[in-house]
Amino acid sequence: MSSSVEHLVSREYKYGFVTDIEQETAAVGLSEDTVRFISAKKEEPEWLLEWRLKAYRRWLEMTEPHWPNVNYPPIDYQGSTYYAAPKNQKPLGSLDEVDPKLLETYEKLGIPLSEQKMLAGVAVDAIFDSVSVGTTFKATLAKAGVIFCSFGEAVKEHPDLVRQYLGSVVPANDNFFAALNSAVFSDGSFVFIPKGVRCPMELSTYFRINAANSGQFERTLIIAEEGASVSYLEGCTAPKRDENQLHAAVVELVALDGASIKYSTVQNWYAGDENGVGGIYNFVTKRGKAMRDAKISWTQVETGSSITWKYPSVILQGDNAVGEFYSVAVANGRQQADTGTKMIHLGRNTRSTIISKGISAGEGQNSYRGQVKIMPGAEGARNYTQCDSMLIGNRCGAHTFPYIDVRNASSDVEHEASTSKIGEDQIFYCKQRGLNTENAISVIVNGFCKEVFRELPMEFAVEAQKLLGVSLEGSVG
Amino acid sequence: MALLHIDNLHAAADEKPILNGISLTVNAGEVHAIMGPNGSGKSTLAQVLAGHEAYDVTAGSISFAGEDLLDMEAEERAWAGLFLAFQYPVEIPGVSNAYFLRQGYNEIRKARGLDELDPIDFYDLLEEKLKVVEWGPEIMERAVNFGFSGGEKKRNEILQMAVLEPKLAILDETDSGLDIDALRIVANGVNTLRGPEKAIIVVTHYQRLLNYIVPDFVHVIAGGRIVRSGGKELALELEEKGYEWLTSEAAVA
Ligand SMILES: Nc1ncnc2c1ncn2[C@@H]1O[C@H](COP(=O)(O)OP(=O)(O)OP(=O)(O)O)[C@@H](O)[C@H]1O
Ligand SMILES: [Mg+2]
Repeated sequence: MSSSVEHLVSREYKYGFVTDIEQETAAVGLSEDTVRFISAKKEEPEWLLEWRLKAYRRWLEMTEPHWPNVNYPPIDYQGSTYYAAPKNQKPLGSLDEVDPKLLETYEKLGIPLSEQKMLAGVAVDAIFDSVSVGTTFKATLAKAGVIFCSFGEAVKEHPDLVRQYLGSVVPANDNFFAALNSAVFSDGSFVFIPKGVRCPMELSTYFRINAANSGQFERTLIIAEEGASVSYLEGCTAPKRDENQLHAAVVELVALDGASIKYSTVQNWYAGDENGVGGIYNFVTKRGKAMRDAKISWTQVETGSSITWKYPSVILQGDNAVGEFYSVAVANGRQQADTGTKMIHLGRNTRSTIISKGISAGEGQNSYRGQVKIMPGAEGARNYTQCDSMLIGNRCGAHTFPYIDVRNASSDVEHEASTSKIGEDQIFYCKQRGLNTENAISVIVNGFCKEVFRELPMEFAVEAQKLLGVSLEGSVG
Repeated sequence: MALLHIDNLHAAADEKPILNGISLTVNAGEVHAIMGPNGSGKSTLAQVLAGHEAYDVTAGSISFAGEDLLDMEAEERAWAGLFLAFQYPVEIPGVSNAYFLRQGYNEIRKARGLDELDPIDFYDLLEEKLKVVEWGPEIMERAVNFGFSGGEKKRNEILQMAVLEPKLAILDETDSGLDIDALRIVANGVNTLRGPEKAIIVVTHYQRLLNYIVPDFVHVIAGGRIVRSGGKELALELEEKGYEWLTSEAAVA
């Protein structure tokens, strides 16, 4: 389009630095021994080791899915490390005992871990490679009866809860990547909101991949008991490296009767360079189960990763349950995204809303893949899907794959889709009113994404808008 | 010194020549009307002045407020005080009118070394300017031109002009598609902008508008050239005789 924008190309990925810290890693490769090694490192009970091994054995029999609309060379599962942790890490230590290098890292990422400097009203769990570095505001939360800690810690301190709910929404053999995660998962966050409690602050987890040649397999479990509510946000970054790194996470949400869980993601893993070298393979399984009158809402802003394969879903099990999915996915440069959701309606009068905004730029390929399934018992179920794509430039692509499966005639399913091209005329109009090209694109794209951004917690909506601006810089050329 | 000086301007789109040697001088305080048949190049001239990249300037020069206009990006021209009311205003879904206008307004202030206005102060300014177009504040929360009627879009252009207070406003058929009341409102809006420091170029097909906005000069463009210039009577003459006598004259010349 304009030569004046060409120079904006390739603004540096500002989270691409590496923390130089002594690592303790598992030997390269994957076997039952690896699984035992990880479990032993984490001092896990026998039942959990058995659970992992069972998942591992199932994984061996499964094949990697190739139905997503993405292309990548075969992954060598034996060529990577499945556990990496900073040395000298006292897993249950207080924040004062955390290696200063790690605190510095999070500071640099804009996530200060000392409670004085933190955003008021947001508690953070910081995960560095395979382990949690520390969790803030634990005491404040404990007063309300809320448990917010690393997954490893939950296994030790609250084994009954973990055992009751682990795998209850995403079974260990659910799919290839979920099975792999179940076998080798490292750390992640655990949240428990007891009956009737409204969590007094935003909870958030910040995931950082640092180690080279290692995968990250975190596991997050959020349980909201009857009438409880919580808002949770995750953020992700990784250093710039030339190899691709695998990130296969599993997130399970359980919303019991009348509970509400709002889960927001701002995903900014390293996306690879302009030639498609390096970047994170983000293969993630996220699913929630909503019981009677419960509500689960997923909001995601996916700007990073070289490949994204991700379908945060809701099983609307109880009557009147509500499921929502709000998504902004960006594929710029050589990025490929295949993302969407599944809404499975089981209960009567269940309702789901899907708003998907796909932005393709550069040579990016963006696919929306969504399934709406209305089961025979879902009397009066309703779904509304709106799926909009925006193309910036001529070399990118947008694709939609809606699957609608209705088995109850009293239900109502509505699907709307649109594709637009960010127009030279829109940009020119903005410029004529005094905006430069960069601001013009940012204003236009943020307008396009408005319905999703307004679902994000206030503190993060501004961040997300900025991030979107940066990840699209130089996309018009 | 002239505010705008266009000298022998030639411009093309996709290698097809559209403007074939336009020369025009506009001084501060003046109102110029540009008329001419469909497809003669009026909008192209307006777009070239505003810096649209679809057009290549193949010859000639333009100075604006003493600067080389062709050397400036479109937004720099806006900062320098050039405003174009579009013949076809563009829709920007999801972006509120108020937000959009504040962005532009503040960018222009920044470029001039002034402090930005915060949303509250800007709102006060907006309230004043809304009176110019006789609109209530509701319109400011709607997305820019999105779902606006044709007439509302034109009125919105005048509102933007009133807020941005340009030195030179180019109105490209802002009167087309307006009902009688809206026409009066738009014309009043334009007249409030008139002043000894400012100039206006109105592109129009109708003498009617020129009853409200009385021009100092009228020019007729045909085939990418100015084929006749005169005072406000020229518009009346055109209304009576059409363009043919001029275009055939031009062909002979
Ligand atoms: N971007 C473009 N690419 C190709 N041709 C163009 C482009 N813009 C304008 N033209 C052509 O140039 C000629 C002049 O168009 P222009 O819009 O300037 O006319 P106009 O005088 O404003 O007409 P009207 O009175 O109908 O608005 C037309 O033949 C038009 O098709
Ligand atoms: Mg025109």
